[in-house]
Amino acid sequence: MEKTNIYGVVLAGGIGSRMGNVEKPKQFMEIGKKPIIIHTIEKFVMNPQFERIIVLSPRQWIKYTQDTIRKYVLQCEKIDVIQGGDTRNETIMNAIDHIESAYGLDEETIIVTHDSVRPFVTHRILEDNIRLAQKSGACDTVIPATDTIVESCNHQTITNIPDRANMYQGQTPQSFKAKKLRDIYSSLSESEKKILTDACKIYVLKGEKVELADGEVFNIKITYPHDLRMAEALLGGEA
Amino acid sequence: MLNTVYQLKAPRQFEAVFKDMELDEKHLVVRPTHLSICHADQRYYQGTRPEAVMRAKLPMALIHEGIGKVVFDPTGTYQIGTEVVMIPNHPSEEDPYIAENYLRSTKFCGSSKDGFMQEYVSLTPDRVVKLPEGIDKVTAAFTEIVSVSYHAISRFQRFSHERRDAIGVWGDGNLGYITSLLLKKMLPDSKIYIFGVNREKMNDFSFADDAFLVSDIPEDLKIDHAFECVGGNASAKAIDQIIDTIMPEGTISILGVSEDPVPINTRMVLEKGLHIFGSSRSGRADYEGLMDLYEKNPDIPSYLENIVGTQFVLHDIKDISKAFETDIHKMIGKTVMIWNE
Repeated sequence: MEKTNIYGVVLAGGIGSRMGNVEKPKQFMEIGKKPIIIHTIEKFVMNPQFERIIVLSPRQWIKYTQDTIRKYVLQCEKIDVIQGGDTRNETIMNAIDHIESAYGLDEETIIVTHDSVRPFVTHRILEDNIRLAQKSGACDTVIPATDTIVESCNHQTITNIPDRANMYQGQTPQSFKAKKLRDIYSSLSESEKKILTDACKIYVLKGEKVELADGEVFNIKITYPHDLRMAEALLGGEA
Repeated sequence: MLNTVYQLKAPRQFEAVFKDMELDEKHLVVRPTHLSICHADQRYYQGTRPEAVMRAKLPMALIHEGIGKVVFDPTGTYQIGTEVVMIPNHPSEEDPYIAENYLRSTKFCGSSKDGFMQEYVSLTPDRVVKLPEGIDKVTAAFTEIVSVSYHAISRFQRFSHERRDAIGVWGDGNLGYITSLLLKKMLPDSKIYIFGVNREKMNDFSFADDAFLVSDIPEDLKIDHAFECVGGNASAKAIDQIIDTIMPEGTISILGVSEDPVPINTRMVLEKGLHIFGSSRSGRADYEGLMDLYEKNPDIPSYLENIVGTQFVLHDIKDISKAFETDIHKMIGKTVMIWNE
């Protein structure tokens, strides 16, 4: 196949501090018969548009991630496991630097960044992300908000209740033209970088357009123990 | 991998469920791209199958007519991106006398196992057949029903005597159109006559030698053999008329599905020494034969384009219901879903 210049970036940086007393990071918890991260990676392996899949892991879990991938994923030769950064955005920057040094980077290089703990992402969501990132340079996967959002700046009284019709819940993937994302991120001050927990916010802060891709209510992030039970329940059907 | 499967849970109610798809070295994975709705799917969707059948089969993903692209193939049989038709018939044994589609142990997608309404479909390499280059994808979506006609005609060639001057096809719907078109191509020396109830619909059968309203069949018309493509409640009338019209020792091929038993005038079957045989579904050999037929007769897919009805691009689960609801009210034509879910 021709070079596609599209890369999957699977973010497995977290060490699962919200998952109770588990010893391993949450991406290694199993649903069905496999670790969550394997289900997620397989969705990227299944899409021939991805040139390579870059998995970002905490340093101490790199070997374990590599071994787990080798154990479960057929045709794992297009997967690279590299070290993540201190923050989500630093992790994404590590992925971009890796792509640049190993495979080359140009204005049209696309990265589809995705939480390793969202294994229910679909082919359609990945395709929409690629299309919108190619078209507009950046996109975020969202679903319409079902709960009313309440804002409180002092954490005691309501500051604002925005119109729910204009509110969305952010999911992943978030997809970008990689070079531009890095350029904008590099232009931020250290204090700006610190307050950014979300890659799309880098664009918003600089007044750049980010398209919305339709997510799915079932594209859940497995963060808390009850999410794991929910995921097991979703996976009720026999293959 | 967590595969999203769009199952019919109850009549008119679809639901996305997830199944852990094992990826192994014996199976390839196809991303469905174009799916076509069949009457059998509609019977489940509308809940017109007997209650016990509905209870036994649902929840289940519908659709057994569809094409897609190979996205993952550890077997090394196909290049990634190859466009293929998916075979819904999944045999688990081989028999030297009984074709794969008649073995009672064979599973069929959208009937005894999940159909193609899935994010990805895992298949062994012998359950896909490469599509000819450049074929219209929307038309190719309903290759399965065309292969059923091909299968019935191939068997007819084995079972019938060789005076095949005139062959009648009863039924002016999709199956009648497809069967008469293939008859014209596979048996070019035979006259192909259409028998239907709607003159306007029959005008579309431009390749046929003549068309007759079932209420107005000329008395001197001689038919050597016949195909019944009517099905449902009208089956009985059609088969009765065929028995009356057909010449002695003719062969009647029954293709129409009926939910209820159909009475047959056995006295005349005996008197005329008729052969009656039924056909259902198809096997890999039929798909391969059909692809060869397309290569030799590139006008067949063009003719089939005439029976493409409504096309739906599906974005979410609600669109699936819209496609099925629209399909109910069509006069003729295949409803094709362009699968983007």
